[in-house]
Amino acid sequence: MIIDVPELSLVALVGISGSGKSTFAGQHWKSTQVLSSDFFRGLVADDENDQSASADAFEVLHYVAGKRLAAGRLTVVDATNLQAHARAGLVKTAREHDVLPVAIVLDVPESVAWERTEARPDRTFDRRVLSRMSRDLRRSIGQLAKEGFRKIHVLRGVDEISAAEIRYEKLFNDRRDEHGPFDIIGDVHGCRAELESLLGTLGWEIVRDESGRPVDAVHPDQGRKAVFVGDLVDRGPDSPGVLRLVMGMVAAGHAICVPGNHEQKLARKLNGRNVQLTHGLPETLEQLAAEPDEFVAEVRTFIDGLVSHYVLDDGKLVVAHAGLKEAYHGRASGRVRSFALYGETTGETDEYGLPVRYPWAREYRGSAAVVYGHVPTPTPEWINNTICLDTGCVFGGALTALRWPSRELVAVPAAKEYYEPVRPIFTTPERPEQGLDIADVIGRRHIDFGYGRTTVPAENAAAALEVMGRFSVDPETLVWLPPTMAPCSSSTVDGYLEHPSTAFADLRAAGVDRVVCEEKHMGSRAVVRISASGEGDAIWTRTGRPFFGPEMTGPLLDRVRAAAAPILAELETDWLLIDAELLPWSVKAGSLIRDQYAAVGAAGRAALPAALSVLEQVAGRGLDVTGLRERLTQRSTEIDGFSAAYRAYVKPTDGLDGVTLAPFAFLAGSGMSYAGKDHGWHLALADRLVSADPQLFTPTRRMIVDLADPAAEAAATEWWLALTGAGGEGMVVKPWIGLGGTGRDGRLVQPGVKCRGREYLRIIYGPEYTRPEQLDRLRQRNLGRKRALALREHGLGLAALDRLAEGAPAWRVHELVFAILAAESEPVDPRL
Amino acid sequence: MLLTLTTTRKPATDLGYLLVKHPGKVHSFDVPTGTAYVMYPEATDERCTAALMLDVDPQRLRAQRDAFELSQYVNDRPYAASSLLASALAKVFRSALRGASKDRPELAATAIPLEVRVPVLRGTTDLVTRLFAPLGWAVTATPIPFEAELGGGSRYVDLTLTGELRVADALNHLYVLLPVLDDNKHYWVAPDEIEKLLRSGEGWLAGHPEKVLIARRYLAHRRSLATTALQMLEADLPPATEEEAELPVPRRAPLAEQRREAVLAAITEVGAARVLDLGCGAGALLTALVKDRNLTEIVGADVATRSLEQAERKLHLDRLPERQKDRIKLIQTALTYRDDRLRGFDAAVLMEVIEHVDLPRLPALEAAVFGHAKPGAVIVTTPNVEYNVHYEGLTGMRHSDHRFEWTRAEFARWATATAERYGYTVTVRGVGEADETTGAPTQLALFKVVSA
Repeated sequence: MIIDVPELSLVALVGISGSGKSTFAGQHWKSTQVLSSDFFRGLVADDENDQSASADAFEVLHYVAGKRLAAGRLTVVDATNLQAHARAGLVKTAREHDVLPVAIVLDVPESVAWERTEARPDRTFDRRVLSRMSRDLRRSIGQLAKEGFRKIHVLRGVDEISAAEIRYEKLFNDRRDEHGPFDIIGDVHGCRAELESLLGTLGWEIVRDESGRPVDAVHPDQGRKAVFVGDLVDRGPDSPGVLRLVMGMVAAGHAICVPGNHEQKLARKLNGRNVQLTHGLPETLEQLAAEPDEFVAEVRTFIDGLVSHYVLDDGKLVVAHAGLKEAYHGRASGRVRSFALYGETTGETDEYGLPVRYPWAREYRGSAAVVYGHVPTPTPEWINNTICLDTGCVFGGALTALRWPSRELVAVPAAKEYYEPVRPIFTTPERPEQGLDIADVIGRRHIDFGYGRTTVPAENAAAALEVMGRFSVDPETLVWLPPTMAPCSSSTVDGYLEHPSTAFADLRAAGVDRVVCEEKHMGSRAVVRISASGEGDAIWTRTGRPFFGPEMTGPLLDRVRAAAAPILAELETDWLLIDAELLPWSVKAGSLIRDQYAAVGAAGRAALPAALSVLEQVAGRGLDVTGLRERLTQRSTEIDGFSAAYRAYVKPTDGLDGVTLAPFAFLAGSGMSYAGKDHGWHLALADRLVSADPQLFTPTRRMIVDLADPAAEAAATEWWLALTGAGGEGMVVKPWIGLGGTGRDGRLVQPGVKCRGREYLRIIYGPEYTRPEQLDRLRQRNLGRKRALALREHGLGLAALDRLAEGAPAWRVHELVFAILAAESEPVDPRL
Repeated sequence: MLLTLTTTRKPATDLGYLLVKHPGKVHSFDVPTGTAYVMYPEATDERCTAALMLDVDPQRLRAQRDAFELSQYVNDRPYAASSLLASALAKVFRSALRGASKDRPELAATAIPLEVRVPVLRGTTDLVTRLFAPLGWAVTATPIPFEAELGGGSRYVDLTLTGELRVADALNHLYVLLPVLDDNKHYWVAPDEIEKLLRSGEGWLAGHPEKVLIARRYLAHRRSLATTALQMLEADLPPATEEEAELPVPRRAPLAEQRREAVLAAITEVGAARVLDLGCGAGALLTALVKDRNLTEIVGADVATRSLEQAERKLHLDRLPERQKDRIKLIQTALTYRDDRLRGFDAAVLMEVIEHVDLPRLPALEAAVFGHAKPGAVIVTTPNVEYNVHYEGLTGMRHSDHRFEWTRAEFARWATATAERYGYTVTVRGVGEADETTGAPTQLALFKVVSA
């Protein structure tokens, strides 16, 4: 006997003790799919037969069943299930997760069950109990359908049970194996002419019957299907014509159609139910009156056969008339159908007496794109991976199609306003409430960002939230943060902790053959976002904070915008994200320099001469303090070197006077991440900014090195020595091919390795770090953590640029940027 | 780091006896942070100077500190006088500190002309004078400047003290006050520090006008220790103050209280039972809210986890009976995000919160609170900047984290616009003693939702 079970369902086994439920379950399902009441009694009470623990055991069982069903996993409950209240609990659990409850009854003769029970030492009840169970079973079988079980299989006798075979059936809405391509078409509402025109624009050829009426459409693309989001009828001039065409396409396998609330209501009317003749239904009925009865009957059958939503293309696409929240995808229940047809309302009505809709799309976090109609909007807009295609054709708007998977929008305008809307739809474009939800960032989170996976610990998220909440620029503006950068491996060159030779070696080892050495500016990292319109423009630090108040930010961005205008035009972008260094360091780090560096310098420069003069006097008295004097003299030289190092990065500024930007990378623009561009491209654009406004922009000196050419390496080393000898911080060595560079293994490589100057490092490792014994110790520094962190932040940043470019919802970009900020809470040696 | 002690009392070289260090030798001692030296740059009958020099070994110092602190490698410890020098002093001049001298007991008990020089010491001329002058020293403290490129003075002074004191007193003053000025102890301050402080402070600390500051700083700002120490000095500590402590006028505690009362009154006025305290901080308002039995649910929300931890301690959440505890919840949130956990409350309080949000981000807060959380009532308090003229010595805003402070007109304009935008009515009132021209120090807006 074949038992049909939906792929996702809650299966309740029903049978008396000894009927063979556990054996049956063991034969047909994995042990993890089967939740047995005995097992749960054991879990909560250490005794599988302790009936007093049943209530607790079932509570846990239902909980586990719920978790499994929420995750879309078939679940089998192995319990007697002879009591109505026990079964009611299962039906409730199934309904809560919108899956079908299924009952499989194992009906064996009581004598067989008694034989088996007697054979088990742990079962001690007497025959009367079994007889009572049998009576309960008889009574139960007739009740199952009424109780809500959607499929009931009764297996009578031992033979039938052992011969049973489970066959899984797909749900009607499961069309994951259809991959399109699709042309998804918004609410037609009887606008046949516009539909024909739209299909034509999309490349479909209309097939007509002998009277010239469209009855099908074919497309030259292999396997392309039209998908209708419902509301084919009502209000418009030719609902029957639209139905005839769509029904023909569906019958021919050229289209898929989900019902809209208008079809639903029409079907109810055609089925003889009493419905209100409003919202354009009378027009449809009038038009249908002119059609033969057979056609009306066909319409009725067609609508009755429609499935309320479909999951398509490996689960990447969901189509439902009024949209569908993630928990309902691929589920079947009354409320799923109702959501798909009508959406969710808040119970309130607006000033036009229309129901206020619950903004489910705003909260949508699913990975499947949800395409729907139902609510007329002036322009279709992606909100959290959902899009509404109803552009109010019948109200004089347009009929819109979304091509899948290209996500291209195609629309034809309505020939006229066929019907006056109750609520004006085109005068007040209603922007859905945006803003970010805290649930997307707090707590421990796992993020798969394409270039890798990361876990953000809750405490790092909490720290990042504090920074984001109190100090950062608008998080929706903050679309990228620069990754931290690892230094090169420690050098063994005498007197040096970092040296170009190890920087080159590091990149060579990663499989890079050509690099660009860029002068490392000693300032503050700055990310600039500018646009043609100026809207949403900002400049922020590496932790997302604004640099200046609005009175300085505005003029600064104006100047960047003016200089970059030709670049925006040339790149055909509305906006541009620029990675740069803001100079001098003292602008942003003034107090850090004073408190951290200059204070030490001042103290040292006062203390050491005082101590030396004491020692001189002591020596003058004939006492031997030579060793101490030498040590302090060396220290005095070192503190002078240290002071010179930080002094080099202090320059006077007055407002914006003296403030400059050194741009070195152009990260993204409209619909495009520039991570694939090589550094020649980036630096050429940077040079253009410098020549456009040499006062504001500082050039980045650079040198290109072929890592197979020792002479080029030697030249670059000389260049670095000169640069750092003149007070420069050092250089960053980057793979020439750009930000998205990958190594031999195809994985991302570090976007840059810094190689800092010998003198500069005094302010990092202390004035005396160049002493041989100290250098030896410092060379043991561990770079692993820093490198891993740098790569992770880099990957998160690249993914943020990708998502930004593809127009992903704000929260999808924000979760990555937030993760970068959270990563900065990792305990990593700050001197690296 | 260095300090020198000079006397001109003849025979000046007797200083060597008092310190138990012979002027004809260079003495060195191993101390936990390096090597301490005692030596005499001059030693004549007329004038004798002892120098205590501590050669700090950065490696040894580093081993005692947090490995991930940037200041671990770049710090002033090798140069400035600090608790490191004080510890060395205690070790090297142990008997002199006690005032004991085997060879010159009378001299040890006698006040003699002394000159102390500490070439690099953290502090301002003012503070150094306030600390040493009451002890009978003539104080010369010259600020050490930054280099010309930076301009201005560093946080260090070059200190010279002159006076006629017992050597033991001079050493005890230095032993206590060097770490007090440095304000950055190199070791964990345990309760036994109280004893050290009282021992070294015997005879001078109890009467010192700055004893509160001395005790607090010496005990590394561990308030409980400082309180104990001061009680033992038969003194008392003024009550703890929070944000308002930055205000330079003494009438501040009542204002915080009046503001709290005004907020509680507004909550009662709207008959709220479920209340949000947004930006609850360390729980100043929460402690008052929990006492109100009419409130069935109280949620304190703040962006700073540290504040929430403080609030949790302040409310004794871990010790409350279950039923009590269930009324109170503390959550971390940022008011510039939507947060579903904040929905469905009768009232939300934003007490002294909005001025901590950058003006451009204020609309996000409005959307999150008025638009998304949408409580039945919102109570907002914020400073009235017009009143600031009454705070003598106040320059800028009332708190360093304030992003703006509004006039009454500005606040009223914002309140009206916000109310209109989100479907609330609003009334604005003053809190605290009102001045005729400038109004009250705090302003309060009470928003009530207009029910649909």
